[in-house]
Amino acid sequence: MDLTFTAEERAFRDEVRAFLNEKLTPDLKRAHHLTPSVFSDPPVGNRWQKILHAQGWAAPLWPKEYGGTGWSLAQRYIWEIESAAAGAPSVTPMGLRMVGPVIMKFGTQAQKDYYLPRICAAEDYWCQGYSEPGSGSDLASLKTRAVRDGDHYVINGSKIWTTHAHHANMMFALVRTSDEPKKQDGISFILIDMKTPGISVRPILTIGGDHETNQVFFDDVRVPVENRVGAEGQGWATGKYLLEFERGGAMTSGRLRAILADIEKLASTYRDGEKAYAATETFALRRSQAEIDIDALEMTELRIMSSLQSGQNPGSVSSSLAKLRNSEIKQSLTALAVDVLGQDGLYWEGHRPLYEMNAEPGIPEDALTALPEYLNSRAYTIFGGTSEVQRDIIAKVVIGM
Amino acid sequence: MDLSYSDEQRLLGESANNLLAARAQKPGAADLWKEMADMGWLALPLPESDGGLGQGIVDVGIVTEAMGRHRARSNYVAGVVLAGGLVAALGNDAQRAALLPGLADGSLRLALAHAEEGARYNLAHVAVTAKKSGAGYVLDGRKVAVLGGDVADRFILSARISGGTRDAGGIGLFVVAKDARGVTVDGHATVDGAGAARVTLAGVEVRADALLSDNALAAIEQAYDRATAAFCSELVGLMEAATKATIEYTKIRIQFGKPLAVNQALRHRMADMSIACEEARSMALRAALHADDEDARSRSRAIAGAWAKVSRSARFVAEQAIQLHGGMGVTNELEIGGYLKRVVALDAIIGGPDLHLRRHAALTQHAA
Repeated sequence: MDLTFTAEERAFRDEVRAFLNEKLTPDLKRAHHLTPSVFSDPPVGNRWQKILHAQGWAAPLWPKEYGGTGWSLAQRYIWEIESAAAGAPSVTPMGLRMVGPVIMKFGTQAQKDYYLPRICAAEDYWCQGYSEPGSGSDLASLKTRAVRDGDHYVINGSKIWTTHAHHANMMFALVRTSDEPKKQDGISFILIDMKTPGISVRPILTIGGDHETNQVFFDDVRVPVENRVGAEGQGWATGKYLLEFERGGAMTSGRLRAILADIEKLASTYRDGEKAYAATETFALRRSQAEIDIDALEMTELRIMSSLQSGQNPGSVSSSLAKLRNSEIKQSLTALAVDVLGQDGLYWEGHRPLYEMNAEPGIPEDALTALPEYLNSRAYTIFGGTSEVQRDIIAKVVIGM
Repeated sequence: MDLSYSDEQRLLGESANNLLAARAQKPGAADLWKEMADMGWLALPLPESDGGLGQGIVDVGIVTEAMGRHRARSNYVAGVVLAGGLVAALGNDAQRAALLPGLADGSLRLALAHAEEGARYNLAHVAVTAKKSGAGYVLDGRKVAVLGGDVADRFILSARISGGTRDAGGIGLFVVAKDARGVTVDGHATVDGAGAARVTLAGVEVRADALLSDNALAAIEQAYDRATAAFCSELVGLMEAATKATIEYTKIRIQFGKPLAVNQALRHRMADMSIACEEARSMALRAALHADDEDARSRSRAIAGAWAKVSRSARFVAEQAIQLHGGMGVTNELEIGGYLKRVVALDAIIGGPDLHLRRHAALTQHAA
């Protein structure tokens, strides 16, 4: 057992660094750096994913037969930390980390053949139709209805918190196909073309001032039955499988480490009297606490990854735990960044995107994202199952009742 | 990079858990130290050339994790990693041959006498003096919190040869027999039941060959880092056992007509305890894998960070284990309080989480 890299792993790291050095252009880095929302803007994230796809590196989590990289644990770890440290944009998880694994496990051969290559190549942009206005944490109470009519389902209802529905051409959704005594039964998992007549999208602005999320309405939307993934009425198991991927199975600690490095840089440009703010004890202690928390998460993620085969489900406790800690650490980092700003934390910049400003901002460019990011990051402990739901899940497993 | 345990390591864990589980059922039935020697645990981290097995802190941590889990009251780490480790690191051939085979087979007990009143975990703080006298030295002063000092045959004892009380240079490390003239050993009970001593030196004469090193600070720091990593693993076992006991208790304790474990407030607490266990396991493993880093600053930073996380998590788990056991948790009739006592003892030995967070920050700023 050891944490050091072999000569082969070091050679791979050099290859990754050379790739990032060549392909990760300054404008991509800047766009990522100046994005305060949870996800990359699709024009930025997609551009990066297409570059990765050309290299064969778009899907490190996928098995090789579906276009994955076939990387070892160490290689995936190296890839994640190097691309995070270099400031690469994140690619959308909705295809690669959410619907992709579901199609691999539950999809028909035709669904696999059609969708998986398109997900890998960023030809489709997916959004997630899970939550509804009346069904948040209690997801199984969802009411959007799909009624069979010949070769189609006719869908009526509404989905909410639909990230990038205004960019997406495809949605995966949980819909109710029958009423059963147990609310988890009678739910089906279905793929919906967003251009289908009867779909309308209403933007919802976040407290950080970003348009990421939406409400989507379905008014007699006809979806072919062949777009169902898995058996009718079995969507709950499928949807839960996906949530475990949404909550875990990724190396998030590299990103957190990159954020901490950015905050440290920011803190060295702000002053406290004669000293840089970075040199104060207040900052040093909070910085250390954050780094220690990230170290712990990183080792947890490495332990999870080392117990997994490529493409396998991370399991519910470890994925809930990684999701919980990642979201809590992310929030504490964004709070630290706002603290660094001091009085500049008052300044509000409403223009988006921040990487395409028309005028010089009133505070340093590097400081622009701190406040909206802090506000937007409140969502981390809510989406993908709130922290309280994660604790329910963990408790159920560890208590066994 | 490889994070899986070898077959040998898995076997070591199984045998440690089996033995210590049996021992926990019958405390005092056998001399645990002798059994640990027979199992090869005392030899585990010592060099092969000195009768040891030449294994690292990951292996030691497998044993200490089992000790934490089964509340083995022992000064294993203090004897083997602190005292034994320093002899292995600093001793010449004759000194190692005189001490380590005996330590490995259980016939010779060693204890590190380093801490002093007012040191506050500053490892350079040595006020005990070593004055050159002829070919040897004369030692004067007092050591506290000498773990296992109540039963030790020899002390590995730090004394200042030159410089001021907290100077980095000039710290000597000596081998002192418990019955040397001028040595007074005041054994005392410890909160965790493992036992310690205060050692007073009044004009103790030692020969030149008692000196292991005349500049021992770096080795002492390394020994403490390695011991701290092993203590992290011990706390992982302890936390998991305390969490498990708490879960079992809340499932059988009926109040308001239903088991305590159905209440969401308690379920979330136990979820947090489980999360703390997982994070501690991650950090203990990280500490063990960094314990022998060549770069001392990077090693110490990793260990300080691990202890800050693990000791804080352990305190949380041990306190909540008592809280969820209700009034019974505060009594000596249940063993649940024993977990907290060991956490308190280790914080007293190593320093608490705030101290190590501060140390981590200082090492970070120093590196920048």
